[in-house]
Amino acid sequence: MKKLIAILFAIMPAFAFAAGGSNIPLDHMKVDLEDKASLQRGAQLFTNYCMGCHSTKFARYNRVAKDLGIPADLMEENLIFAETKIGNLMEIAMRPEDSKKWFGATPPDLTLVARVRGADWVYTYLRSFYEDPMRPYGVNNTVFKDVGMPHVLEGLQGRQVKGTAPVVVGYDPLTAQEITEEKDGVLYLAEEGELNAKEFDRAVTDLTNFLVYMGEPIAMDRKEIGFWVLLFLAILFIPVYYLNREYWRDIH
Amino acid sequence: MSKFQAFMDWVDHRLPVTVTFEKHMSKYYAPKNFNFWYFFGVFSMLMLANQILTGVWLTMSYTPTAEGAFASVEYIMRDVQLGWLIRYMHSTGASFFFIVVYMHMFRGLMYGSYQKPRELIWIFGMFIYLMLMAEAFMGYVLPWGQMSYWGAQVIISLFGAIPVIGGDLVEWIRGDFLISGITLNRFFALHVIALPLVIVALVVLHILALHEVGSNNPDGIDIKKHKDEEGRPLDGVPFHPYYTVHDLVGIVVFLFVFCAVLFFAPEGGGYFLEKPNFEEANGLKTPEHIAPVWYFGAFYTILRAWTIDLPFLSSQLGGVILMGAAIAILFVLPWLDRSPVRSWRYKGWITRINLVIFSLFFILLTWLGTQPASGLYQILGQVGTFVYFAWFITLPIISSKEKTKPVPERVPG
Repeated sequence: MKKLIAILFAIMPAFAFAAGGSNIPLDHMKVDLEDKASLQRGAQLFTNYCMGCHSTKFARYNRVAKDLGIPADLMEENLIFAETKIGNLMEIAMRPEDSKKWFGATPPDLTLVARVRGADWVYTYLRSFYEDPMRPYGVNNTVFKDVGMPHVLEGLQGRQVKGTAPVVVGYDPLTAQEITEEKDGVLYLAEEGELNAKEFDRAVTDLTNFLVYMGEPIAMDRKEIGFWVLLFLAILFIPVYYLNREYWRDIH
Repeated sequence: MSKFQAFMDWVDHRLPVTVTFEKHMSKYYAPKNFNFWYFFGVFSMLMLANQILTGVWLTMSYTPTAEGAFASVEYIMRDVQLGWLIRYMHSTGASFFFIVVYMHMFRGLMYGSYQKPRELIWIFGMFIYLMLMAEAFMGYVLPWGQMSYWGAQVIISLFGAIPVIGGDLVEWIRGDFLISGITLNRFFALHVIALPLVIVALVVLHILALHEVGSNNPDGIDIKKHKDEEGRPLDGVPFHPYYTVHDLVGIVVFLFVFCAVLFFAPEGGGYFLEKPNFEEANGLKTPEHIAPVWYFGAFYTILRAWTIDLPFLSSQLGGVILMGAAIAILFVLPWLDRSPVRSWRYKGWITRINLVIFSLFFILLTWLGTQPASGLYQILGQVGTFVYFAWFITLPIISSKEKTKPVPERVPG
């Protein structure tokens, strides 16, 4: 019993998860920081589509290049658009005072957005813009109501609208065919963009993957280092254990 | 005489090194029947050393200003060599410090380590705990994230509930009309200099007081009653080398657990590093749910448990009084327990069950502190608060009435 309490006490904080955020169900995406190609594509999307307004001012270009395996010259040619050096922080030229005037709010820095909101939120958010003529940019978002930014990826995704559409609610037990049902308030594509739905999901996955990397660049390495540290401690345990046993042999 | 012995003689004539080492290590006799729970004292010392060392290195790259604090933490995480490791050792270390201190306190409760003649040890320990809470609270403000800011806002505004002087007191603590860079600067000074000094001094007192009366043990037996011809307790072993090698085993296992969390889950599932704290402090944007770090959870729940407004007592002041009482009552525990025996092994079933219930409710209160106080959680928090105080209040009666088992003269072999 005592041991049980001890174990419960010790692991409780580590394994429970803090609730937080809104109640809108999020789509799940699998983060894979080992997938360098995905991270590179994400970096490309980010610098092309996001960095016009959003900085990642705590990160440096050359660190991103090194971590993602992008040669410095390619990085400078294709991913650095600002008048800056590769060793500098990934800041943007737009001044916060100006952007506040233009958009009503300064576009937030996105270095840590995936750490604050979580990958699933970012993934769902980027896929949940829909047309709403009542909004200044003509779009709204299901997970970020009355969002103050345009749908930057609309060219890739196409026109998404909210309305009545068939939704897969299950599978026929005999034929394994999809059973659909007309539902209201569903997002669907009214017009396809440059990418089809599957390609667009992959692009958003890449972009989210990149933002997760951005939040904690050391994440991959620390697990690897951690493995060796734990191995060292496991081996160290052996002599320490026998040393103790040797000393205590005569104590009864 | 060897050269080393000659050197030690030279030193000993000028500084009592050998005598001190013997008094506190090689001739300090500790009961031979320490169990698992006796590791947590040395773990606490280890975490204290960890916090001080990593803290020193963090200070080298940290900027204690409202403009630069958040960016400097990210600078440490990204640009400083092994900065991420030092930072995680410090942030995960803070949570582990509290885990081991809570276990250490639970050990004291089980085996009556606070009872006569160890009252002062307990009181010094409680002061350490109190200072540790202040230290952790101020440390949490330093990264200048949203929870740093709003957590401080909530906790400091508590002082505003004190009648008459409350408003001025809050302003005096903040040094400003709201939490600002001035607050951050003074918290930095207190966090890196003032409080660590106090904590280290208290730890020295805690251990000096312990070594004066000797360590308790899982059976609560007084080992000094039976000594050999040379005055050594028959059931004791010299702390060094027996417990130094013994603690080494515990330390390696502990470090394994610590490093597993440190390297694989440094955020502790959002409990060690809260997610909103990765967003820079913004005084104009209140987070939807302000939660303290988990180790303050129990007292935060007790604070929120008082919900009734009385004409002479606002719900806010009531909560502050409850929380203050919850901490204060811990100090008088040695005088609430009137049992003739120390260890729960020789106390009755009621005491044992009560302690388990008390501990489970403390864990529940801790968890509730990280959750919004509404509906069922609010009621649970109030029940937990009642159980918390009930345990202390009923203790004198139960401990003096309850039938105890005879404590053996010698440590069972």
